Amino acid sequence: MNIHEYQGKTLLRENNVTVLEGVHCTNVEQALAAYDSLGSKVVAVKSQIHAGGRGKGTLYHPETREHVMDGGVKIAFSREEVETYATNILGNVLVTIQTGDEGKLVSNLYIEAGCDIAHEYYLALLVDRDTKSVLIMASTEGGMDIEDVAHNTPELIHKVVVDPNAGLLGFQKRDLGMALGLSGAALKSFGKMLSSMYTMFVAEDCVMVEINPLVKTGADEIVALDSKISFDENAEFRHKKWDELRDLSEEEDVEIRAKETGLSYVKLDGNIGCLVNGAGLAMATMDVIKLYGGEPANFLDVGGGANEEQVKTAFSIIMEDPNVKGILVNIFGGIMRCDIIARGVIAATEALSLKVPLVVRLAGTNVDEGKKILAASTLNIHAADDLAEGAQKIVALIGGGQ
Amino acid sequence: MSIWIEEDAKVLVQGITGKQGMFHADKMVEYGTNIVGGCTPGKGGQTVELQGNPYPVWHTMTDAIDATDADATVIYVPPPFAAEAIMEAADAFDFIKGEGVIVCITEGIPTLDMVKAVAYVENRPGIRLIGPNCPGIITPGETGGAKIGIMPGHIHAKGRIGIVSKSGTLTYEAVAQTMSINEGQSTCIGIGGDPVNGTGFIECLAAFEADPQTEAIIMIGEIGGNAEQEAAAWAAENVTKPIVGFVAGATAPPGKRMGHAGAIISGGKGTAEEKFEAFREAGIACAMDPSELGQVLLESLKAVGLR
Repeated sequence: MNIHEYQGKTLLRENNVTVLEGVHCTNVEQALAAYDSLGSKVVAVKSQIHAGGRGKGTLYHPETREHVMDGGVKIAFSREEVETYATNILGNVLVTIQTGDEGKLVSNLYIEAGCDIAHEYYLALLVDRDTKSVLIMASTEGGMDIEDVAHNTPELIHKVVVDPNAGLLGFQKRDLGMALGLSGAALKSFGKMLSSMYTMFVAEDCVMVEINPLVKTGADEIVALDSKISFDENAEFRHKKWDELRDLSEEEDVEIRAKETGLSYVKLDGNIGCLVNGAGLAMATMDVIKLYGGEPANFLDVGGGANEEQVKTAFSIIMEDPNVKGILVNIFGGIMRCDIIARGVIAATEALSLKVPLVVRLAGTNVDEGKKILAASTLNIHAADDLAEGAQKIVALIGGGQ
Repeated sequence: MSIWIEEDAKVLVQGITGKQGMFHADKMVEYGTNIVGGCTPGKGGQTVELQGNPYPVWHTMTDAIDATDADATVIYVPPPFAAEAIMEAADAFDFIKGEGVIVCITEGIPTLDMVKAVAYVENRPGIRLIGPNCPGIITPGETGGAKIGIMPGHIHAKGRIGIVSKSGTLTYEAVAQTMSINEGQSTCIGIGGDPVNGTGFIECLAAFEADPQTEAIIMIGEIGGNAEQEAAAWAAENVTKPIVGFVAGATAPPGKRMGHAGAIISGGKGTAEEKFEAFREAGIACAMDPSELGQVLLESLKAVGLR
């Protein structure tokens, strides 16, 4: 789960990481009031969306798609400029390298006081799969795309792995700070900031905290100028306040509803809907559809113990997508019995009066009974014995690929 | 032989009094697994009925292992308590026997809990953790065998193919594919789809290579991370037995989590294409479609004179 920069800054502030003064706004009047209250001649006017590359993004009108302004993060030197930038950003769509062509509607703005920057750095904390530990990465190349830095000049990225039993140690903070060329008061400030950041990372169940740039001010203070924070969804049960931080407009409505009923759904661009049990098999089903010339419309995992009602919900979610021209059901019954799935499929197709072709591949527990139930139905359901046959059948039934 | 779990391994069930734990404990007994009891804090002294027979429940894993000399435990404890259940089992096995296998089925354990639990287990060298978020491990026997997890037992048969996979249902698919060419399995392991887990691909490959019963291996990966690439590079140097591979998620869009917590392409890394490429470079025979795993395996077996 991602949160906005302004929410991240609040969290950082609460955890004793130095950030600049800033105000969250949702309209131009608030933005102007924020400018007045900050008492800083220069302010940053920052679009708040859950995607990176905002500074280099482009704003468009949400309906006409007319070009409005280049850059989703602007430095304003006057009240008038704040007004212009806020007007150009709010209610418009920001397209960045991470949003796709559709872009994201900007409804939130952050007005932040200016800062005397001596140097920009990159800092990230994340759970590293290789070392199975929290990894801290820092670089002198702040403000840059870190993937480019990793690719072109990997020697400029410095890493520290935190032993979960020992926690973040003093020498690790010094090593990292000195690798960035810090000394004196700045090194001390960096160490203090890093301790606070690591404590927050663990306490708040983060999976990633990225500060790009982290800056050293003229007064040798280390300040987090940006914040990108992701929480571990698995830890939601112990963080009640995440409900308030969640911006539902940043998530696909249908994906949220799927999750509420215990289904895992991701919408894709194709025209063949998939209903599968198990995440790996669901991915493989999409892959095989593509292999035989079709395009999958979605990823959908009904889980290990789906009931008739969940199967029905799954069908209705798939059919909400107007692009869907056919559906492939692929179930390998383990705990889940094929006869129950067969009944669920029939009930769902009847209840939704499904018009598109449906191919059902069943295997595993009670497969013969399941197949008998499908064969006895008068509905337009095609059976398949394995995944390849199922994929070939559905692709043929909808008249080939797109 | 088999790997890590013998056919007659003595197995405990943590969370045996819960709905999931009891359901699957019953299925395991039905399959023939040598279940010796379970552990639920606060319910020690009770019994649970599995397949018509009573099985004892202990408060703590120390008591349970003391009483039964168990070889393995399987965890069906809900996510908030699962990491601690792993650590309790690791501590008890280490203290009493110096060894033990912990299979954690639970899905949805907080990642930082797993960081702690994995470090705890790794500090106890005799202890092996499989999972979490996995179907478990099964060593089919002539009759029955040891099924430790949630996989459907009846699709398996004893044989010479070792299977290792991140995914549950894809493992079943691979099992069915071996059966379609009249081959059985030595041991099948689901290592789980979480970003931080216990046993990885390389440990499984090493064990299969060393196991005389295993003559060929099926390895199934998915998008996210680079465990498959590392395993492939390791296998090229260290595994002499034929390996057949598949990777799920060639059509997954970047930046989207595909069901499993670990199944995500981030920063353009961890794609299926990259992993297939690593497999091919290592001489692993790839199936582009899981329904072809059987055929590709058959050809690999023929190529080395095993069929």
